[in-house]
Amino acid sequence: MRKFVDRTFVVLSLSATVIILSMLFLIIGNIAYHGTERLSWEFITSNPENGMTAGGIFPAIYGTVLLVLLMSLAAVPFGVLVAIYFAEYASAESRLYRWTRMAVNNLAGVPSIVFGLFGLGFFIQSIGKAIDQTFYPGRLLYAQPSILWAAMTMAVLTLPVVIITVEETLRAVPREYREASLALGATRLQTVFRVVLPQAWSGVMTGAILAISRGAGEVAPVLFTGAAYFLPRYPSHPVDQFMHLGYHIWVLTTQSTNVEATKPLLYSTVFVLLVLTFLLNITAILIRNRMRKWATR
Amino acid sequence: MTRKFRNSDGGLEVKPLPPTETPLNSRKSRNERGLAPNFLAEFRNGIDRIAEVLISAVALLAIAVIFLIFIYVGKEALPLVWGTSDGATILSPFATPFTWQPVSTEPKYNVFPLILGTLKVTLIAMLLGTPLALAAALYTAEFAPPRLREWIKPAIELLAGIPSVVLGSFALMVLATWVQDAFGLVYRLNAFTAGIALAFAIIPIIYTISEDALTAVPRLYREASLALGASKAQTAVRVVMPAAIPGIAAAIILGFGRAIGETMIVLMVSGNSSILSLDPGLPVRTMSATIAAEMAEVVVGSGHYRILFFIGALLFLITAILNWAGDRFNRRLREKLFGSA
Repeated sequence: MRKFVDRTFVVLSLSATVIILSMLFLIIGNIAYHGTERLSWEFITSNPENGMTAGGIFPAIYGTVLLVLLMSLAAVPFGVLVAIYFAEYASAESRLYRWTRMAVNNLAGVPSIVFGLFGLGFFIQSIGKAIDQTFYPGRLLYAQPSILWAAMTMAVLTLPVVIITVEETLRAVPREYREASLALGATRLQTVFRVVLPQAWSGVMTGAILAISRGAGEVAPVLFTGAAYFLPRYPSHPVDQFMHLGYHIWVLTTQSTNVEATKPLLYSTVFVLLVLTFLLNITAILIRNRMRKWATR
Repeated sequence: MTRKFRNSDGGLEVKPLPPTETPLNSRKSRNERGLAPNFLAEFRNGIDRIAEVLISAVALLAIAVIFLIFIYVGKEALPLVWGTSDGATILSPFATPFTWQPVSTEPKYNVFPLILGTLKVTLIAMLLGTPLALAAALYTAEFAPPRLREWIKPAIELLAGIPSVVLGSFALMVLATWVQDAFGLVYRLNAFTAGIALAFAIIPIIYTISEDALTAVPRLYREASLALGASKAQTAVRVVMPAAIPGIAAAIILGFGRAIGETMIVLMVSGNSSILSLDPGLPVRTMSATIAAEMAEVVVGSGHYRILFFIGALLFLITAILNWAGDRFNRRLREKLFGSA
């Protein structure tokens, strides 16, 4: 009897795992199956045509890449510095440490749509307006949705991802490295930037990759901070609007004039985004696993 | 001067440091110690201290960002307190009738249907997702062979990496039809389908956090229980789970927070009509989806615009409280298991 109850229990928990995994494979399988039908090199390298019922997605890929590059430029340096503070400078009892820690944890849980509102209220309506009034009186340049403000909004959203990943790697660097460096007469700053940080390079990479994967897929923050339905030309200036892969998917699913004609395009776009984020995430997981092995060696 | 040591039993012990003539980390200047000044060292130390202050200042930025988010989302909603030019006030979101009809000759901004809609979808997602995620976490942490474990965890974490717009479009194109056929629902897009899709988004969160909590339980607990003759399943349910319960609570709370704020999935799958009903088969409109759907078309500065920001501030507050609570539970887990946060 006891053995039976035990068995049932293990089987039940196993079947929950199987259900989750099979849903995962179902989603991936379905998208891969339908998504590869229309997928071609041309699809990736051409512009949308005929009100999104034909053509490709190149501008969306271009806009997404530009967005995540701008975003990384802002999020990675700041994220690394905060992580250095957490891992190298802060003492666990200090008030600043406890408050920053809580702020970062909280930031990671703010809904993405609230980041969108923040981008609109802070970057566009406040910073952008101030820039326009000071430098371009009477003109509307920075006080409107643009790739710059979308990237800044996304940077704020991905900041905790970078911080948490980099901090974990910094903490994995053996204590002896720091002690050896300090014993040789290096200052703390030199120790951090010439000894510890180079050892944690993989963590910085992982943090950036995870942030990029997030930035390519999140749509809610760019909804009203700069993403556009369709643009005839590519963004070339920080105040230009841009097309975004995730946003493009939303446009295709909900704003299409001809659902049947759009469907294959939609599937292919979803497939491209999924492959992109998976490749990024798998790379991050692989780097992290290698790093963990290295740390416990 | 004292320093903390860890003694052989693993406990903390405070011992005075042996006295030295000039401790290495002495802040006494070389002059005070009777040595010739070393300008290079002074300069380097100065730089070092400035760097420390600067890096701490950057860390303050993280706190600043949280406040900035609240201030600037709140700021756009603030004019509601004295009323906007088109007649919306801070009371409009709570004024009867219980309808959300922002675009009409006499706009109605009651947020109750939106809150009910959010809760409805979230609850369905939680009811479906939590048991699955917890059972899977228990299996991975307690029963799975190590080789399998190494595969399950990254696979479920991969699910976390699927962008919500992808989950949404899958649910919209495929899942909605299946669910409608299977349950004979009148509406293709409804609260139930949205809840199922939302469950995919929160399963990895609940799974990862609770699995971490379960694995954090020291092996000693399991060994003691097994040595007393308990079976593996008994050990898992009566010893490991209770020990990890604060972490599991944190997982559920954080999953709940994510579900409430999730936007794209509900925007695409919930049908987006603000019906005041408890029926899961009807379309719903959630708070997050309302902001996403209406903000792009609204006139900046209008009452409608302000009220959307008000809903955003409300969402921010709800999730902030949930995050804070989740954080507390997670810290309690570590205190309980390791004696320190």
